[in-house]
Order: sequence, then structure tokens, then C-alpha cells
Amino acid sequence: MVKTPVYMDYHATTPCDPRVVEAMLPYFTTKFGNAASRNHSFGWEAEEAVDKARNQIASIINAKSKEIIFTSGATESDNLAIKGVVEFYKEKGNHIITCVTEHKAVLDSCRALERQGKATVTYLPVDKYGMVDPDAVRRAITDKTVLITIMYANNEIGTIHPIREIGKLAKEKGIVFHCDAVQAVGKIPVDVDKDGIDLLAMSGHKIYGPKGVGALYVRSKGPRVRLAPIIDGGGHERGMRSGTLNVTGIVGFGAACEIAARELPEETRHLNELRNRLHAGLFERLDEIYLNGHPTERLPGNLNVSFAYVEGESLLMGINDVAVSSGSACTSATLEPSYVIRALGIGEELAHSSIRFGLGRFNTADEVDYVTERVSREVKRLREMSPLYEMAKEGIDLKSVQWKA
Amino acid sequence: MSYSEKVLDHYNNPRNVGSFAKDDPNVGTGVVGAPECGDVMKLQLRISEAGVIEDARFKTFGCGSAIASSSYVTELVKGKHIDEAMTIKNTVIVKELNLPPVKIHCSVLAEDAIKAAITDWKTHKGAEEPAAAKAQEK
Repeated sequence: MVKTPVYMDYHATTPCDPRVVEAMLPYFTTKFGNAASRNHSFGWEAEEAVDKARNQIASIINAKSKEIIFTSGATESDNLAIKGVVEFYKEKGNHIITCVTEHKAVLDSCRALERQGKATVTYLPVDKYGMVDPDAVRRAITDKTVLITIMYANNEIGTIHPIREIGKLAKEKGIVFHCDAVQAVGKIPVDVDKDGIDLLAMSGHKIYGPKGVGALYVRSKGPRVRLAPIIDGGGHERGMRSGTLNVTGIVGFGAACEIAARELPEETRHLNELRNRLHAGLFERLDEIYLNGHPTERLPGNLNVSFAYVEGESLLMGINDVAVSSGSACTSATLEPSYVIRALGIGEELAHSSIRFGLGRFNTADEVDYVTERVSREVKRLREMSPLYEMAKEGIDLKSVQWKA
Repeated sequence: MSYSEKVLDHYNNPRNVGSFAKDDPNVGTGVVGAPECGDVMKLQLRISEAGVIEDARFKTFGCGSAIASSSYVTELVKGKHIDEAMTIKNTVIVKELNLPPVKIHCSVLAEDAIKAAITDWKTHKGAEEPAAAKAQEK
């Protein structure tokens, strides 16, 4: 028997691992010191805990601990990286290269800079699998380019970009390379040196740590990357991010990284197995369903599928004891379907029909089987109700129809 | 987003789902919306010679509120004369289903579907009886 509701939205957030919570608890009460208090044991104790976490976090991406700057989360890290680089290197240039399927924290930071007249931005397209072409990055580079910002893996479709090639290119041209690696860290191996990454955003709550804590990796050597801060104050984090450190959160984030690094091979195997089981189960039971994202270069726990002729929100409504997310317009505040799915060029209708399954550490094969059955049954029911399915079965080409919208 | 009890009821137990034969001369078919907008409603009405809606069927591609709006409309129009059905406003649907502002377009689409189905019936009735149609034009 499967306990419901079933959580399958691990790209949105993850529960704290109980081991993480345990590590955090003393820092709420007895070890409550301010890590910046240099003159008593309470402060030293907190500082020591932060140092340990900084090491744990640095080591999961093969960085040095002093290269980790703590923030409130990956949104802040992306803002700091992008706005901080553009401000600091403004004498050198003002051009940014990014891609259309980036997270809003990146896209909206870029747009804000454009609006303020501080930068011009090239938004590269992606191929039908959601992957950016390194040659397109090369061609977009101008003598004014100061920053390339491309995510490691996409949060909706799980596609992993050719980061190492882009990193190499950035090195050759002497351009700072920022990578939003929120969905990649702890899920697949990330190595800032081998990948040629200069700035990297990460988040605690996507890897079984707490919400409200994140980090920005800032390369210290080869080249040393400089940033103008976006939050001013007491000069914490080497002046790049002022504000009393969230010691409890940082301790949890550190513990989460250590567990993720240690268990990565086992977890990858577990997630691939579950994801493939879900994939196979759905494709066996249903016709006219389409995989969104790259068939092989994708995150282990990700499965994004469009169920043709069924609108995503209505499907979510039918499987209300399963927590997944949809690219349907109706589930977003903007009434536009997912810009990531639309960027794949598969058509608006399939964008409305997309569902993201995000598998994680605590999912089981029984849950996968339950969700497979539940989704298949509901898709069939909704298709019986769908005029588009009926027309398609009658052999009508939906693209040839003059719709009266 | 949370749904009203009535939306959930129509979604879980939709009324009058299905299709009538398209070539039935007594059936008017209205298809409104577009797949790329995420909503398509097909409403079919079986209408008597006297212009009374005897039966209705729907199929909808769209969110739960769109499904509920069209399901409710099939109940609403049954037994009504087409002249009366033509005056049904989307606000009736909004009120019955307690639709939030972002879902008002679903009710508008359902209203359009009624009008489209009746217009379709009138068009092919008109083709059948050209004299009557001409008389109407004058």
C-alpha cells in the first residue's frame, strides 16, 4: 500500500534529510553564537561550524573552502554573480551571453541590467532537446562580452548542457563563466576546475538541506574573479555578501552536501532505475505521449512528458494525491505555458500538456507503479472527454483546422 | 489553486460527455477555442423543429474549470428554447461554479460554445429551408 499523497516534485524542493536536521538542531539553541563574534567561545563555536560546512560544500564541487560565499539561496547567488560581474567589469565591457531556458533568477537579472542600460544580452536558443550549442556561444562572443551564464542542468526538462565545452571556450576568450548548478550539484558530478566554471550558484533545499540558504562559488585563482556586492553592510563573506551568517542553515547545507557526495553513486543508480521504470510504464500504457528534454543527457530523477490532447492542469486535478508539476499555462501566474517547453519548438499545445515528474531520495518503486497507474487512467479518462483526441482519431490534422479562438 | 466544490463535482462526474452524429440534421455543433491557447470546447445541441434544446453533449480539452463550465452548460441549456439559450451570459456560469477571476475566460468560452452550436443549427436548417431563411433575412 502506498502512502498518499505521493511527492514527486523534487526539482521544486526536497524534504530535509533527518540526518541534516539532527546536525542543525544544536545550532538553534545551545550553539547559537554569531559566527562573526571573535571574542568569545559562542562565536568561535559558530565560526567553526561554518568553516566545516564551507569545506563540505566546497568539496562537492571540487572548490577551495574560501571560494564559497554564503547567500540566502540560489536566486540571490545568481543575482550576485550576474549583477556583481557586470558592475565590477563595466570598464571592460557590458555584454552577457545566456540562453532562453535559464531560470528566471538568471533571465530577470539580465533583463534588469538591460532595462537599466547596464548591459546588452544575447539569449541563445536551444535545440529540440533543450540543449545549447557551444558553437552558438562562440559565435555570440564579442569584444564586449564580460559574462557567459549557462545553467548546468535544466530544472524543468532535466537536460544537461555541454558545460565543459562552454567552460573551455570561456577560458580561451578570458570571459567569466557563471553556471546556475542548482539542479546538478549533488545529483551529478560537478567539478569547477574540470568544467572551467568561474562562478557557480547552488541551493540547500534542492539537496535535502534547509530552505533559505545557498552559496555562490567564486573562483580565486586562474583567474581570480571579482564581484561588486549587491548587499552592503558589515563586510561578511570577504565583502561580497554582508549580513550575519545563517549558521543553522549553513550547518544543514554542509551536512546535506556531505551526504549527497557520499551517496551520489548509489542515489544515481536508484533514481535512474525509478525514472526508467516510470518512463517505460507510461509509454507502455499510453499512445501519443512525448518525452521533453534530452533522451540521454539528462538528470537522473527527471521525467518530463507531454500527454497529447490532455491539458496539464486538468490532469493534475485528476491525480490530486500525486504532487507533480505542469508546464500548463493554467498552473502559472502569467497564463502562458512554460517558456522552457515552448523553447523546444514542439508547439504550444504540447506545452500545455506537459507534466514534470521529479523523483528523489525517498521515492520507492511502489510509488512509481502507483503514479504510473494513476496517471495512465486519468489520461485515458480525459482523452475520452477531449475533442482533440476525437478529431485526431478521425484522422483530422489539428494543424489544418481554423480555430475560432 | 483550490477548486470550488462544484467545479470538482463536474470534473469528477462530468454530465453529458460525448458526441452526436455530426450529420444529424437536428444537431448543431459549436467548436470554440484553440489548442495553442490550452482550451477547446465542442458543444453539440439536439434541437427540435420548434427550436427547443432536447439534449446536449460536450467534449472539452482544457483545465478543470473549462471542463466544469461546459459540463454545467449542457445541463443549463436542456429544455430551453434557442432564443432563451442565446441570451445566457457567462456570469451565470461564473456564479454557479464560483470561478475565480483567472478562470473567467472558461465561462466566456462556454457562452461562445452555446452561440456557436445554435448558429450552426440555424445555418444548416436555413440551407434545408431556403424559403424560411430568406423570409428571416427580410
